[in-house]
Amino acid sequence: MKAPPFRYHAPRTLDEALSMAATLPSPRLLAGGQSLMPMLNFRLLAPENLIDLNRVEGLSGIRESGDAVVIGAMTRQREIEFSALVKARLPLLAEAIQWVGHRQTRNRGTIGGSLCHLDPSAEQPMVAMAMEATLSIAGPGGRRDLPMRAFALDLMTPALEDGEILAEVRFTPWAASHGWAFLEFARRHGDYAIVAVAVLIELGADGTASRVSITLGGVAATAVRVADAEAALLGTIVSPSDIDAAAACCGSVDALGDPQVPGWYRQRLARTLCARAIPIALARAAGGPASVRHPGNDGTNR
Amino acid sequence: MNADEAMREITLAVNGKTHTCKVAERINLADFLRQDLQLTGTHVGCEHGVCGACTVLVDGVSARGCLMLAVQADGCRVETVESLAAGTQGAAGLGPLQAAFRDRHALQCGYCTPGILMSLTELLRDEPSPDEEAVRLVLSGHLCRCTGYQNIVAAALQAATKPAGGA
Amino acid sequence: MDTIVPSGQVVEPAAATSGDGYTARRMFGTRAPRIEDPALLRGEGRYLDDIRMPDPLHAAFLRSPHAHARVVRIDLAAARALPGVVAVFDAQAIARELTSLRMPLGFPSATLQKDITPWVLSCTEVAFVGEAMAMVVAESRAIAEDALALIEVDFEPLPVVHDCHQALDAGAPVVRSDAASNIAERLQVGFGEVDTAFAGAPHVFSESLFVHRGAAHPMEGRGVLARYDPVEDAITVWTSTQMAHEVMHSISAMLGMDQHNVRVIAPDVGGGFGCKYLTYPEEVAIPAAARCLGRPVKWVEDRAEHFVSAIHERDQYWDVDIAVDARGTILGVSGRLLHDQGAYTPQGINLPYNAATSVTGPYRVPAYRMDVIICQTNKTPVIPVRGAGYPQAAFVMERLLDRVARELAIDRADVRSRNLIPAEKMPYDKGLTNRAGVRSIVDGGDYARTQSEALARIDYAGFPARQRDARARGRYLGLGLANAVKATSRGPFESAVIRVSPLGRIDLYTGALAMGQGLATALAQIAAEQLDVPLDMIHVTCGDTGRVSLGMGGFASRQTVMAGSSVHLAAVEVRNKALKVGEQLLGVPMDALRLRDGRVESVADSGRFVTLGDIARKLKGAPGYSLPPGITPGLEATGLFQTNSQAHANACHACEVEVDPGTGAVRILRYVAVHDSGRLVNPTMAEGQIHGGIVHGIGNALFEKMGYDDEAQPVTGTFADYLLPTATEIPHIEVVFIETPSPTNPIGVKGIGEAGTIPVAPTIVSAIEDALSPWNVHLAEAPVSPVRLLELIDAATAT
Repeated sequence: MKAPPFRYHAPRTLDEALSMAATLPSPRLLAGGQSLMPMLNFRLLAPENLIDLNRVEGLSGIRESGDAVVIGAMTRQREIEFSALVKARLPLLAEAIQWVGHRQTRNRGTIGGSLCHLDPSAEQPMVAMAMEATLSIAGPGGRRDLPMRAFALDLMTPALEDGEILAEVRFTPWAASHGWAFLEFARRHGDYAIVAVAVLIELGADGTASRVSITLGGVAATAVRVADAEAALLGTIVSPSDIDAAAACCGSVDALGDPQVPGWYRQRLARTLCARAIPIALARAAGGPASVRHPGNDGTNR
Repeated sequence: MNADEAMREITLAVNGKTHTCKVAERINLADFLRQDLQLTGTHVGCEHGVCGACTVLVDGVSARGCLMLAVQADGCRVETVESLAAGTQGAAGLGPLQAAFRDRHALQCGYCTPGILMSLTELLRDEPSPDEEAVRLVLSGHLCRCTGYQNIVAAALQAATKPAGGA
Repeated sequence: MDTIVPSGQVVEPAAATSGDGYTARRMFGTRAPRIEDPALLRGEGRYLDDIRMPDPLHAAFLRSPHAHARVVRIDLAAARALPGVVAVFDAQAIARELTSLRMPLGFPSATLQKDITPWVLSCTEVAFVGEAMAMVVAESRAIAEDALALIEVDFEPLPVVHDCHQALDAGAPVVRSDAASNIAERLQVGFGEVDTAFAGAPHVFSESLFVHRGAAHPMEGRGVLARYDPVEDAITVWTSTQMAHEVMHSISAMLGMDQHNVRVIAPDVGGGFGCKYLTYPEEVAIPAAARCLGRPVKWVEDRAEHFVSAIHERDQYWDVDIAVDARGTILGVSGRLLHDQGAYTPQGINLPYNAATSVTGPYRVPAYRMDVIICQTNKTPVIPVRGAGYPQAAFVMERLLDRVARELAIDRADVRSRNLIPAEKMPYDKGLTNRAGVRSIVDGGDYARTQSEALARIDYAGFPARQRDARARGRYLGLGLANAVKATSRGPFESAVIRVSPLGRIDLYTGALAMGQGLATALAQIAAEQLDVPLDMIHVTCGDTGRVSLGMGGFASRQTVMAGSSVHLAAVEVRNKALKVGEQLLGVPMDALRLRDGRVESVADSGRFVTLGDIARKLKGAPGYSLPPGITPGLEATGLFQTNSQAHANACHACEVEVDPGTGAVRILRYVAVHDSGRLVNPTMAEGQIHGGIVHGIGNALFEKMGYDDEAQPVTGTFADYLLPTATEIPHIEVVFIETPSPTNPIGVKGIGEAGTIPVAPTIVSAIEDALSPWNVHLAEAPVSPVRLLELIDAATAT
């Protein structure tokens, strides 16, 4: 299992990388390598040219910009995991990142790599979808911005044209008092989720849910927002029956199936995890404990 | 080696020693350490980043040696299992984490052990007194078929209580 | 020098306190740190791929992507032309180097279908995904793999046998065109009046069970390195194997070289778990290439290859009936086992034979009959993995007993204790014969005590209250238990040589094979107990055919018993010889001498001594000088402990699980294992064996499934989809030992390596079923996945 031959390039600037991506035959961009390298080792891919983004200046880092938190595409998952800024402003991302692979892969894996790989059950695309992140894409003709909804075209298919490079991701934090929850079910800790759910809730002064985001990973070709589940909570003082209604919505989304994991099972997990996540997010929105527990091995954070 | 093989010169520090060498562009870090530098303590178990046997420290943090090209380590500081007994004496000379592994029978065939030692070295540097859950979370990035993990957890916790740290 | 000790001797340690207060070293039974560890911990282990060899070549194999196909054309020209490629062998080319293109059968059998073993390289037909068809030898592995991509093959796909049941269908395709049928062999095992027992039984219950066990997956895969010496016409082969001597004999036969010109060495082995107890085609092809090309050739199996070309255990379907009386006393068991053998039978039928003959396990069963049909399918060949059929058999028996308990409303522990072989009936004749044709006699053990100890540790009596409380909080706890017995110490013999050099170095050579268990430490402890030296004075070499001419290797939980006994016999002989010579040299009577730290010294005056090296120098002989009277040459001895009887290790496991009915997740909350493996040489290492065995069993119960689709294409080919348990899925495991010395060997030990695995799946499945008792879910399979559990809960809710 040795990688096929390719030419390796290590550009130092984004312009240099863009130029290589535009001119070299059969190029492939290498970010953290935690998904690409196994595919190379298995010879599932045979690019003629491998363009390593790890030495490109200015693609990495976490900063505040106006109302937004901007994360460079080559920012390592480890940096996000240990970022005080992310913990304070983007607690959903801080919680979700702990479910990404293992420490040893988070040390090299990047948020941009995950967004471009766009695995249907990956956590970072889910958070980008849940928070309506904006992706800044550099190309031969300059920059363009895309909302995550438009970036995630289809199964493992980002809306990137040939020669384009994802540069950064812009998250707009929710109100400081918002509640959040990220739950995931996988057979073993660190495996790709079978199903994961991300919930964000803001409560109005009267205790009604004034803003809601419910996102599922692992059920469809890409992470999906569940609008009817969100509607079941919006504008109400959320009751157990509202939670059941939202969970039922999650449990009836069209789900992918395969011989190991049939669609009905993904739907069941979506319902179960949603029903468990909403109370956690609600409690946090109401000022409850915000501590992020290590993920448990049964995927339910109980 | 095939004359057509794309090569590139890199300079890196491995276990405190600087090496400058020409390497095949496609060779991964684990194979480079094993074949070019003869540091065969780093093992290869799956070549797809799951088993963890090839884990080494790159600039102080754990990384899968099979999921990184050697050329990407140009300019980096790499630590392997061969560094862990540095400064110890005698035939049984072992660093504190290694000694704890022996003490608690935390290895059997020993094939997965070097990678696990490197991950735990990182953990104990970052978090000198981890609890069992933290140890198990780090270990979840490694596969061991022999030990059932229990004695590895015990060894990590034993090494953690020592003031000198993991390694 | 061969020594055969009759059964029944349990030798008490020679150690005792002398008058001067020196207490002889006790090594047997201590928690000595392992002598293997320092090198392994420093990264100085020497596994196959770590061996440095000047100017080596590297091999890679072209493997079939089809489960069954005719090979119409194979074109090697482009591969041969790639720079860096030295040679490409297909079946025709390799056949020129060999006496046979077909591999030898591991365990000869008169009843097995003929021409059933794998090819070194397949020629006109491929019969499973992963079957080797061609071998590229190149200057690097990467180039060899580049060349594989250049080999052009035209396949004509053939109909596929993908499952045991389908294999038996009328009109089913035949697994290989040279196979007479899809049934490799049918056999029946049993004893007693089965029909009578069932005819008169108050209750008969039937179960249809499916037991799957995946692959072995040691963390180090297979690997072979061969170096040919044209001057001596000799070949040295390093291979990651569990059986160096058998591999040597296979290479000798296949390459047509006398065994004295073939040396096989097992370097450090990174785990075996059964899959390295076989001579594989690659172990013949690589030395053949090395001899042909005149350069060292290495092949290191990668994980993708391991998934499809190293053996599996896979599928067994059991249709079984149990007859019991009103109290749940077993009157008889009968049924049919369909066993999936895969596309070839490289070793024999020992796996299904073991499974069929070990069902009755630790229980008294007056009448038993099992019809076994060994089915061939277009999948990777099957030989035993850790447990070797016993885990499946235990699953069958324990599921039957849980069924009896449920149907007759008898407590699960009670139905077991009513049927366990009573301690006072030991030794107990199982009514069956083992492969050696010897009556299967359980040598001893207190099974009731083992079970009651497990129940006490898990607080069995307090569990109903815990379960009730949990349910009141909407949580579903279950408790499971299972018993098991393993016939260990497979004969007929194992070898050990202990030799002291004139420089005082003590070497211990054995044909047993270390693959990570700590064998060198265990054998050194047994030797040191007699020789009274620290462990690091004993240099242990396992699995080198150049050092000891006979050996069997590592399988069937045998080595501590078989090699351990041989070491004990050799060490006693060396000890006695050293004392006798010491008596003559020192003029002190033997019974006033002792061994200590490599010397023979006077107990009364430790200043009067002679070193073992001095004695060895005397005994190596000098021209014309006579040896001391009555002493044979050399300070060395060979132990060849020989037996066909087996030491039976037993266990009872109990666990508590929580099942999440919202996800189907199973969490193991507590796990207790009580084991009797006779006297323990090293309790710490024994615990390690149990931990590892149990976690292997947890994999089999909950995680590991080697999946195939209906075209026999594997669907689990990476560690991301074939799930080995990791540290976060595993509970703390509590291990308790009871030590009943075995009378079958001079040191009273029983095997342990597989014992931990056997009862795990039935224990966990019983606990899950208990947790789901509000739904009355019945489990008849292993492994069980969360998907399957929710499916069963749904089905039960719907009815």
